[in-house]
Amino acid sequence: MSNGAWHPGLRESYLYDRNVIAEIQRASREGIYDIRGFGAKRRLPHFDDLLFLGASVSRYPLEGYRERCGTDVVLGTRFAKKPLELKIPVTIAGMSFGALSAPAKEALGRGATEVGTATTTGDGGMTEEERSHSKTLVYQVLPSRYGLNPDDLRRADAIEIVVGQGAKPGGGGMLLGHKISDRVAAMRDLPQGIDQRSASRHPDWTGPDDLEIKIHELREITDWEKPIFVKVGATRTHYDVQLAVKAGADVIVVDGMQGGTAATQDVFIEHVGIPTLPATRLAVNALQELDMHRKVQLIISGGIRTGADVAKALALGADAVSIGTAALISLGDNSPEYDDEYRKIGSASGFYDDWQAGRDPAGISTQDDKLSARLDPVLGGRRIANYLRVLTLEAQTLARACGKSHVHNLEPEDLVALTVEAAAMARVPLAGTDWIPGRHSG
Amino acid sequence: METVDLASTSLRELNRRLHEPADGPRNWRILNPNGAHAVACGLDGEIDVEIQGHVGYYCAGMNKLATVHVLGNAGTGLAENLMSGTVIVDGSASQSAGASGHGGLLAVHGDASARCGISMKGIDIVVRGSVGHMGAFMAQTGRLVVCGDAGDALGDSIYEARLYVRGEVAGLGADCVEKELRDEHVAELVDLLARAGVDGVDARDFRRYGSARRLYNFNIDNAAAY
Repeated sequence: MSNGAWHPGLRESYLYDRNVIAEIQRASREGIYDIRGFGAKRRLPHFDDLLFLGASVSRYPLEGYRERCGTDVVLGTRFAKKPLELKIPVTIAGMSFGALSAPAKEALGRGATEVGTATTTGDGGMTEEERSHSKTLVYQVLPSRYGLNPDDLRRADAIEIVVGQGAKPGGGGMLLGHKISDRVAAMRDLPQGIDQRSASRHPDWTGPDDLEIKIHELREITDWEKPIFVKVGATRTHYDVQLAVKAGADVIVVDGMQGGTAATQDVFIEHVGIPTLPATRLAVNALQELDMHRKVQLIISGGIRTGADVAKALALGADAVSIGTAALISLGDNSPEYDDEYRKIGSASGFYDDWQAGRDPAGISTQDDKLSARLDPVLGGRRIANYLRVLTLEAQTLARACGKSHVHNLEPEDLVALTVEAAAMARVPLAGTDWIPGRHSG
Repeated sequence: METVDLASTSLRELNRRLHEPADGPRNWRILNPNGAHAVACGLDGEIDVEIQGHVGYYCAGMNKLATVHVLGNAGTGLAENLMSGTVIVDGSASQSAGASGHGGLLAVHGDASARCGISMKGIDIVVRGSVGHMGAFMAQTGRLVVCGDAGDALGDSIYEARLYVRGEVAGLGADCVEKELRDEHVAELVDLLARAGVDGVDARDFRRYGSARRLYNFNIDNAAAY
């Protein structure tokens, strides 16, 4: 117990801590599950549980401020006539207009464009703001098909078929009534003000054999120009990745359970899926088993916050990573500047996760015109660009320390694990040992 | 009339030519489709395409402006995400016909299978025969006309689409209810049937179904319906 209410004799239950008690009381009062934004808040094995082995006698490093460490990446080299050529291996993940305000979408596009990377549409279609401010834009094809049309398909730079997302593998999108503005309703062909629950299955394909035919159709419609991504929430990652390869994906996006969401049941966020760390290793192994590693590119997302996370994901074999929650924080989400206003709506800066409610003081997860107007898309874009540059510089710093002239030269051999769990999940040795739990010797 | 024989021309070549700018041929005949997938998908011009035979998945997918006439049966996802124009199938269609269609007219002169009109967003669909289960699942806007019978769970989780069925309905899905067939609906039906080339059917024989709108906003008292 951390606050001043504690005195000797008060013992908090580990099983029924104050959050558990509060949730039972809330559920009893309101009669509906807790819906919120953000991602998993529980403690999970993550990239923090890995460390790099910097160069010393047996390896030599690169000079930190002199020798070049490349960061470019090409996505979609398998079949597409026009693969994406990005300057950094960090992209902006799919987030919908509807979940986010129009200035937020514009700012993401501005920031990504400034540093030479891609941003992604979301459930709800493509807005002019994001298309015109995103040099490289990935267009999502989701189960809902809201706003989906061949013109936007053709003016996108890549297509992402969304099978699932890490925050809710097996669940569809959700946008509650107070965020269904007239513009959002029109884009989605829905009545204004309803609670919109998107489909969890695609309407015209089921299973990997159908997916192959669907990908073929999208390639025919776009004359085989666009890279086609397949995004899955991390669950049965080994099989999902291999089936996506079989279905003809150019790029596979694996979103771990720490991945964010604008609105999902708390029970879903916290109890479905596997963490990003084991998902990364499973995906890489699945590609290697098919001899498709680096031929089909792998993007990892779900809890990427720092250049260390970027570097560790790449070292485990990812080609790029995507950020969502961190990008919103970069824009101004949870800023102390709005602490008084967060408190007025029952939260506080650093804790705010009611992205579903549409009352975001920072003007990001809202469709309220007055709140949205608080977010200057030019300033927001600059913040995003700054943040993406820092992620890149940090990843380069770690890569150079390991003697690598390109961030993609990082490898599992550069890593050790701090915990037995992380060693088993990432299949790198526990620090100070040569032990990888689960690896069969001899 | 431009004729393309898929026995000797690749699907890629066919679709590439159909996608070319508007100064190309306006009338096309496609021979020997032999169940190929993605035939004539992504068209974007006022052209007429006649396909002589059966087609596989996603025929006329995302069509805009063009008229596509299949002289045979069609596989899964016929005219999926149709934007405008007309798609006519003389035979029957497999599941998810007209899925997520945003506009235009789809006419199926045989039967359509499961999930016909799933997630429809403005498309008009007329089926001369019957449709399978889960017809118009999560249908948002547009109209589905079934001259025969409809399978179980018709209109499950429907929004504002209007459904018309002349025969038996095996069962209605969550939040779908029968509604009064008024004169304006009869007029609407007469127009849709005429545009689809369906004759010998009296519009007054249909029954109308739509959303009860009870599930538009979550209410725990309706939890059993979800």
